[in-house]
Amino acid sequence: MGFQTVKFYQTGTFTVGNRLLAPDERSVQAGEMRSNSISSGHRACQGCGEALGARYAIDAAMAESNGQLIAANATGCLEVFSTPYPESSWQVPWIHSLFGNAPAVATGIAAALKVKGKHDVRVVAQGGDGGTTDIGFGCLSGMFERNDDVLYICYDNEAYMNTGVQRSSATPPAARTATTMPVGNEPGNVFGQGKNLPEIAMAHGIPYVATATVADLRDLEYKVRKAMKIRGARYIQIFVPCPLGWGTASDATILMARLAKETGTFPVFEAEYGEVTGVLKIRNKLPVEEYLKPQKRFAHLFGKHAHPEMIARLQAIADRNIRKYGLLQDQES
Amino acid sequence: MFEVRIHGRGGQGVVTATEMLSVAAFEEGRHAQAFPSFGSERTGAPVVAFCRIDDKEIRLREPIMQPDALIIQDPTLLHQINVFAGLKPEGYVLLNTHHSFESIGLGDFAKTLRPERLCTLPATELGLKHVGRPIPNVPLLAGFAALSGIIRLESVIKAINEKFSGKVAEGNVNAATEAYALVKKEMEERAHA
Amino acid sequence: MLKQTEGSKAVAEAIALCRPEVICAYPISPQTHIVEALGEMVKSGELPKCEFINVESEFAAMSVAIGSSAAGARSYTATASQGLLFMVEAVYNASGLGLPIVMTVANRAIGAPINIWNDHSDSLSQRDSGWMQLFAETNQEAVDLHIQAFKLAEELSMPIMVCMDGFILTHAFERVDIPSQEQVDAYLPPFDPRQMLDPAEPISIGAMVGPEAFMEVKYLAHAKQLQALELIPQLAAEFKQTFGRDSGGLVRTYRADDAETMIVAMGSVLGTIKDVVDEMREQGHKVGVLGIISYRPFPLQQVREALVNCKRFLVLEKSLAVGMGGIVATDVRMAVRGTGLKGYTAIAGLGGRPIPKTSLHKLFLEAEQESLEPVTFVDLDWDAVNKQLERERQNRHSGPIAENMLHDKGMSTAAKFG
Repeated sequence: MGFQTVKFYQTGTFTVGNRLLAPDERSVQAGEMRSNSISSGHRACQGCGEALGARYAIDAAMAESNGQLIAANATGCLEVFSTPYPESSWQVPWIHSLFGNAPAVATGIAAALKVKGKHDVRVVAQGGDGGTTDIGFGCLSGMFERNDDVLYICYDNEAYMNTGVQRSSATPPAARTATTMPVGNEPGNVFGQGKNLPEIAMAHGIPYVATATVADLRDLEYKVRKAMKIRGARYIQIFVPCPLGWGTASDATILMARLAKETGTFPVFEAEYGEVTGVLKIRNKLPVEEYLKPQKRFAHLFGKHAHPEMIARLQAIADRNIRKYGLLQDQES
Repeated sequence: MFEVRIHGRGGQGVVTATEMLSVAAFEEGRHAQAFPSFGSERTGAPVVAFCRIDDKEIRLREPIMQPDALIIQDPTLLHQINVFAGLKPEGYVLLNTHHSFESIGLGDFAKTLRPERLCTLPATELGLKHVGRPIPNVPLLAGFAALSGIIRLESVIKAINEKFSGKVAEGNVNAATEAYALVKKEMEERAHA
Repeated sequence: MLKQTEGSKAVAEAIALCRPEVICAYPISPQTHIVEALGEMVKSGELPKCEFINVESEFAAMSVAIGSSAAGARSYTATASQGLLFMVEAVYNASGLGLPIVMTVANRAIGAPINIWNDHSDSLSQRDSGWMQLFAETNQEAVDLHIQAFKLAEELSMPIMVCMDGFILTHAFERVDIPSQEQVDAYLPPFDPRQMLDPAEPISIGAMVGPEAFMEVKYLAHAKQLQALELIPQLAAEFKQTFGRDSGGLVRTYRADDAETMIVAMGSVLGTIKDVVDEMREQGHKVGVLGIISYRPFPLQQVREALVNCKRFLVLEKSLAVGMGGIVATDVRMAVRGTGLKGYTAIAGLGGRPIPKTSLHKLFLEAEQESLEPVTFVDLDWDAVNKQLERERQNRHSGPIAENMLHDKGMSTAAKFG
C-alpha cells in the first residue's frame, strides 16, 4: 500500500505525530481545514470508537468531495448520540430513517442527485454492525448488486451497543454480551461460522471494499478518500472498539483496535472488484491473549475457571486470518 | 348490456381476446369493460375472461354469470368444467373446433339453444395458417363478429392493429378476415338449408 | 385522449404525466403492470429525467423513496397486500418525516391464507400510518386521483396512497380519458420541497425526538390531515376547471336526496351498488349511495351531512376488523354519533369473493326492513364454517383451517369462474 509516506517508528508508540509534519503531509484530522462534520458536544460515551471512526471517515469524505456530501444513517448509537432533539452534531446534510434501510435511503438520495444533475454531490451511508450485518443486510446487498453510487461505512463494534450490548452476527465467538452470557460449558457467544461482511461485499464484485481501524488514522483516511474517488457501490468496515460493551478502559480504545489488528483478529485489507489488492501488515505479531485479556467481555476465558481451549480456538481464527490475507511482513499478500 | 364470456387455457390469449373485443367495441363508440378471472393460472390451466359491451357507462363489477355469448377457445374444456353455466337461452356460442356440435356430442344441448346463434370454427388451424402459431383468439373474435353482429369486422381489425404490428398484425388480419368469411358462409348456408 | 386501455396502463400514463423523478419498483400482484409500464417508459425515453430503480424488496422500495424524496425528487412507488405489510416500518417513517411520496396500492387481501385477490385489508391496515388514502371508483378516477395526489402530497408535505381495487380495476380494460401533458403541467407545479438534503444548507432530518416534543410532531401530522379536509375538495374543484371532470373530493352521493336507506362504500363496488340502487329505485325503494373517496383523512362532517337525513344506513366494506366487525363502519358510526340513526355493517368481497347484484339486492332490502344483524357477512358459506367449528370441537388435532376448508368445499371454487 502506497498511502503511508511517513513512518513514525521514532516515537516508539506508533502514534501519528502530525504536528511534526509540513501542513500538506498532515492527515485530514490534523489539518486546519478539516470540516468537523460531527461537531463536539455530542452524547457519545467517553472513549467511543464509533464517534472517532465516524469523525475520521466523514471528515475524510468531506475533504475528498470538497464538502459536497450527504450522509444517511441507520438507527444506532451514532444516530442517537449525535442527534438528540433539538440538537444535531452533523455539519453535513444528514438523514436518519430506520435501522435496516440506510443503504436504500442512500440509493434514493443518489438517484435524486443523479436525476437532478448534481454529479458533484456524493452520498455516504453508515451504520453499526447490527444495522449492517443483520437488519440492514438485505438493503445493503441490493445496493451493492445495483452498484448504486454510495459509500457504505460500517462502524463495527461487534454487538448491539445502543440497546445494551446484545449479540449481533458480528459478535466474535466466546464474547460475553447481554444475550450470550458467560455461563455453561462454552461461555459467551457460540463458535459459529461467522459472517464476514467485507468478503460478502467482495462477492458482489463491487468496485471497492476495505477494512480499517481507528488505530490507523492515515490508513483509514486513505481508504475513505480512495473510495470517494470511485463511482459505484463501495464498502468500508471500520473496527471501532466500544469501552462500554467490551468492558475496556475508555483510554484504551485505540490500543484495543491496534491489538485486534496486530493479533490478526481483525484483518485490515482492501479489495477492488472482488480481489484483495492490499493488506496492512502486522508490525509486531502478538498472541490473541494480549487482545482478549484487557476486555471484560472475554474475562471468563481467564482466571480460576479459565478456558484455554477457547483461547486456542480464537488463536486459530487469528492464525487463519494471517495465512489467508498474508498479514505478516514477510508473507505475500 | 351485452355480456361475453371467453373460456380457454393459459397461453391461448383468452385475456387478450376480451381486451381486443373491448377495444373493438370502443372503436365503434360504445362502452366496454374487459376483465380476466383474476387467477394466477399457468400455461395450460383453464382461464376465463369477460367482456361487457353497452351504449352507456358500465358500472357493474360482478363476474359475468349469465352471459349473452360464449366463446370457447378450447373444446377439451367441455369435459373439464361447465363452460355453459348461466348461458342465456337466446345466447350465442362460438366453439373452436373443426367438428360440428353434433359430432362432439353436443347435439342435444345445441337443440336447447337458437340454432342460428351457434357455430363452430377451426380457429386454431386459422391461427396456424396465417400467424404460424396455434392461437385461436383472433379468428374467434372475427367469427364472433360474423355470428352475432355485435361488433364489426373492421373494428376487430382496428383492435388487431392496435395490439400488434408488422407481420403479426398482417397475419392476424388475414386470419380474422378468413374466419369472418367462414362463419358468414356457414350461417348463410344454414339459413338456406 | 379517450382510449380503451387497462387500468394499470392508464395509471402508469398518468404517473408519467406527473413527471416523477424517482420510481422504485418491486413486483407484487396485482400492482406489476403499473411499474412494468413505467419502467418501459423510462427506458425508452418516453419518461425523461426519471430514475427507475428495481429494488430488492418493498421495504427497500419505500426506503429508496424516502431517500429520494428527502433529496428533493418527486418520488413514486406502487405496492399491494404483503408488499405493503413488508414495508410498513418505512411507511410510517415516510409520513413521520413528512415526505410527500405518492404510492399506488392495488388493493389486495392479506394472508394467510395466501390470496392474490381484491379486498381492502391492506391499505386499511395502514389506517393510522399518517398517510392519506384516496379510493378510486373507476379507472378514470384512479388516473385523476394520482394527478391530484401529487399536488395534495406536496402541498402538505405528507405522503398519499391512491387505492384502486386490485384486478377489478388494475386489470380491467375500460374507457379512460388520459389528459395531455399541457393540462397536467398547468395543474401540477414542479416539486418545491419544504425540506431537502443539500450540502449548501445542511440540515438534519430524522433526529431522535423525546417526550418533550413527540406529541407535537404527531399532532402536526393530524393537523396536516385536517388541512387536507379543506384542500381535497379545493383540489378537486381546480381539477374540474382544468380537466373538465368531476373526480376526487371527499365523498360523493348518488340518488341520496330523498333516500331513507343509504349504502356507504369505497372503491369499485360502488359501481355495482349504483346499478342495484337504480333497479331498486325503479321498484320504489328509497335507496341512495354514499361513496367515500377520502378514507384518510376521514371526512366526518361530510359523511354526517350525507347521512343525517336518512333513516338508516348500511356500510358495505371489503375489510374486517377481526374480533370487532367493520373498519369503515366504525368511522361512519363515529360520524353520525348522536343522530340515533340505525347503522348496519356488511362485510363482503374478502379475498376476491364476487359481490353480485343479487346478493346486494337481498342485503339492501333487509337493511331497508331493518331485519339485518348489526354485522352481516355477505355470501358466507355457513355450512363450511360450522363444519370446521364442529371438527375443532371433535378433534384436538383438527389440522390447518384453510386446507380443511378447501377440502370441504371440494376445491372446485378455483376452477369456477370469478
